[in-house]
Amino acid sequence: MELSGHLLSVLIFFPAFGALALLFLRADDELWIRRLTFVVSVVEFLFSLILLRAVPIGAPGYPLVEYKPWITSPPINYHLGVDGISMFLVILTTFLTPLCVMASWKGIHHRIKEFHVMLLLLEVGIIGVFLSLDLFLFFVFWEVMLIPMAFLIGIWGHDRRIYAAVKFFIYTMFGSAFMLVGILWLYNLTGSLDLQTIQAYLQSNPGILSHRTEMLLFLSFFLAFAIKVPLFPLHTWLPDAHVEAPTAGSIILAGVLLKMGTYGMIRFCLPLFPEASHRAAPWVALLAIIGIVYGALVALVQPNLKKLVAYSSVSHLGFVVLGIFTFHAISMQGAVYQMLAHGISTGALFFLVGMLYDRRHTFEISEYGGLCAPMPKFAAFFLFVALSSMGLPMLNGFVGEFLVLLGTYQVHWTWATWAATGVILSACYLLWAYQRVFFGEVTHQKNRELHDADTREQWGLLVFAVIILWMGIGSPFITWRTKAPVDTVVEQTRSHYAEEAAKPAATPTSVVTTAAQQDSVRRVVSQ
Amino acid sequence: MVPQVPQTADIVRVLPEIIWCGFGVLLMLLQPFLKNRQVLTLFAMFGAAVGTLSTFFGRMGSGFFGLIQFDTFSLFFHWLLGLVAFLVILAADSYLERENLDAAEFFALILFATAGMGVLASAQELLTAFIGLEMSSISSYVLAGYRRDSVKSSESAVKYFLLGSFATAFFLYGIALVYGVTGSTNLALIANADPNSNLLRLGLALMLVGLGFKVALAPFQIWTPDVYEGAPTPVTALFAAGPKAATFALLLRIFTTIHAATDFWFWAFWILAALTMFVGNLGAIVQTNVKRMLAYSSIAHAGYTLVAFAAVTTLKSDPENGPWPAYAAILFYLLGYALVKVGAFTIVSEIGGQGERHLTLDDFAGLGTRQPFAAAAMSVFLLSLLGLPVTAGFFGKFYVFKAAISSKLIWLAVLMAINSIIGAYYYLRVIVVMYMREHKGELPSDTVPSLSPTAAMVVGVAVAATLYLGLFPNHILGIVLSPNLFASR
Repeated sequence: MELSGHLLSVLIFFPAFGALALLFLRADDELWIRRLTFVVSVVEFLFSLILLRAVPIGAPGYPLVEYKPWITSPPINYHLGVDGISMFLVILTTFLTPLCVMASWKGIHHRIKEFHVMLLLLEVGIIGVFLSLDLFLFFVFWEVMLIPMAFLIGIWGHDRRIYAAVKFFIYTMFGSAFMLVGILWLYNLTGSLDLQTIQAYLQSNPGILSHRTEMLLFLSFFLAFAIKVPLFPLHTWLPDAHVEAPTAGSIILAGVLLKMGTYGMIRFCLPLFPEASHRAAPWVALLAIIGIVYGALVALVQPNLKKLVAYSSVSHLGFVVLGIFTFHAISMQGAVYQMLAHGISTGALFFLVGMLYDRRHTFEISEYGGLCAPMPKFAAFFLFVALSSMGLPMLNGFVGEFLVLLGTYQVHWTWATWAATGVILSACYLLWAYQRVFFGEVTHQKNRELHDADTREQWGLLVFAVIILWMGIGSPFITWRTKAPVDTVVEQTRSHYAEEAAKPAATPTSVVTTAAQQDSVRRVVSQ
Repeated sequence: MVPQVPQTADIVRVLPEIIWCGFGVLLMLLQPFLKNRQVLTLFAMFGAAVGTLSTFFGRMGSGFFGLIQFDTFSLFFHWLLGLVAFLVILAADSYLERENLDAAEFFALILFATAGMGVLASAQELLTAFIGLEMSSISSYVLAGYRRDSVKSSESAVKYFLLGSFATAFFLYGIALVYGVTGSTNLALIANADPNSNLLRLGLALMLVGLGFKVALAPFQIWTPDVYEGAPTPVTALFAAGPKAATFALLLRIFTTIHAATDFWFWAFWILAALTMFVGNLGAIVQTNVKRMLAYSSIAHAGYTLVAFAAVTTLKSDPENGPWPAYAAILFYLLGYALVKVGAFTIVSEIGGQGERHLTLDDFAGLGTRQPFAAAAMSVFLLSLLGLPVTAGFFGKFYVFKAAISSKLIWLAVLMAINSIIGAYYYLRVIVVMYMREHKGELPSDTVPSLSPTAAMVVGVAVAATLYLGLFPNHILGIVLSPNLFASR
């Protein structure tokens, strides 16, 4: 109990201490820098596993919170909390970070110390985003995380790295500047920056936001999140950032950073502005479906393997957004699951593509071909991960996509039909790419001597493979734990809409939930 | 009429100005006897510090029969100005050695200018304000041209002098008109006049032009880039921080005392704010000289500050808290901004090298590997100017945003958000160049290997203060949010 009192703070700041410790190592002491970072990130992962015990299954609200006043005016609090959704996203982050260290063991050769410091600081920012329950604190982490990421792309990336880093930075700044206006506007209306307080206030005063105000507020938040996801017309930063980033950067970007956008939608957009969410839903769904199909089609014609994986993210994240904006418990469960599954699969894909790059220094598919012969183990792992990414049953990708489509079908069968084409297309582009890279004759002499995955890489891939398989078979382990928070979000979104639509169906459950949430906050304050 | 004699309390209320001036005069007298520059630096720093600390003796209230006002507001600005003078003197030490310039006069002029700014910050009467303005301006003109053998520096001084005199004339003409309408130059008495009188408005508008010139509001900003670029860089640091803060203080005092919360002034500030932000930011984008880029950025930041002015003067001001959050926003913003600008210009001054020849973006390339401390500090300053969290600049911007939104100035807030994004581009570019590009070709032989110890101290203090204000703003907020900001009410 002592530890869990500050567990969340420990989770956020432990990597920062690791980064600090790194600064005391000599810059040319490469091996120990890598080892220390690896140990720090593994310990951090083990810390995050404590959350599985600390967050009981089915608990409403935020079972584990931390609360400390920070700034007096306006009242900003250091308010952290974790529920089933954020718990798994934190674990995903801490899981991928050690693998990032492994992935950059051979790929990063210069300014190694700075690289690992940035990697750990990035972890601080990301975990902070997932755990913050104060809008201001959330915004702080959201922005702070930008700097290490931009540095990772800009210093250690490939040829067009600077362009990609600046583009990434400006796009995100663009969204977050408006989010800040939205946060302050909301503060001005409700007098609080605390998520739960605002939520309770908006629920008890349903008329306080006019339709127009609510829509503008919704858009100010949604824009920031949609850029991060990225939703269809705002996605253009993603291929550049993903392709130019070093392998570790791509893994974190695709694995976790994109989820910050969808997490933001679930945590902020829907519960705070349910009515506007409902009104915007058809348009959002339209963009999501365009994203699914468009992302898949562009991936199909990519000559660049890394870009192909990047565009597959646009497509897969479309499923997540679609699942969120159907406001159906099953599809939202699917969306959450897809967030985790995509993080693992795409992380693994980037890991594999990075291995190829370490050997041949190119991403062009035409440069490869027939790799099965020199690299059999590598080919086997690649096939496994590709199958999981395209959603083969028994593997992790299937569960998320299936739940999203199932839930969506029950509400809007046309949406589900269109989205389902994405599943087919994903099989096309992944298998076709696989065929071109691994089968056929070895066309380039250089490829003949490529060495297979070494021990370090095999361990990394094995971990990925085990998780992929386990998530495909043991999905209830996760869905049980995400059910309660998802139901809460769906409930909060629906109850409002019902009132707005002048249906007298009062929903006492939502009142109970908020009361319980406030209660838990009060308990922590009094401690 | 009974002859009025100043009391001791009155004199104590201007003690900082007296001490700053006294030390300035002493420095000039000591110059023939003291050849050691470092002793002079220490002496000048001591003077700046003593003057600042002497504010402890002053009691709140009006001094010299309503000429000056000693309140939390002026106390805050005296501390700010004293701190800026202290840091600028310390930063100038190595600069003067490198450029082989006389130290004593330089420091004396900085102290005189600071005294003038101090008068501006506490002036309650327009002619007193005018004296403060002249004191700080005339010292500034000389300081701008202090590198006599440099053409740019002389150009800077002449430009500043000519345009500055013109602006001062506007200010004086404004005072004359206001006096004509109200029969007084005392702000408290002017406040009783009908605020809707057109002649009074004209007078105030002329004063706004004069002061707007000093703080570089568009469209009165034309001089800024040239003067900032030409002046010796420590002087530029002073210009960007001190006079700007002091003149904003005077503006704020004038426009709060005379009850300017009318549509007329609201729209005047609204338009000026929007214009200044865009002119500053769009101008900064195309600069390749870092010093010039920072000059344009200070125009942009004057615009951000004006957003809070618009919030002060709007009729729809936050009904619960009144204009106080907006005042607090302005004060906090100016403090954070001043510290950052002093730090950033100090680094620019060091990187510039002999004769300030290495000021382009290319000269900053690869700084991240050559000088990790300087590059990291510069990044903190740039991120603070950009408004990223855990820096003073972020909270400054946050409070200005908040003030604007509580006064229902959503559109102005949106314009400010757009400008922040434009700003991100050019601030980020410097960071990108420092860390992500290598220096092309051989480094020039006169490139400084590292910051001089004195400059490093200034930069260290500025970084620490920037992060402190960004993480724990409660302390300063407690001061600037005080309802006794203007003690006379």
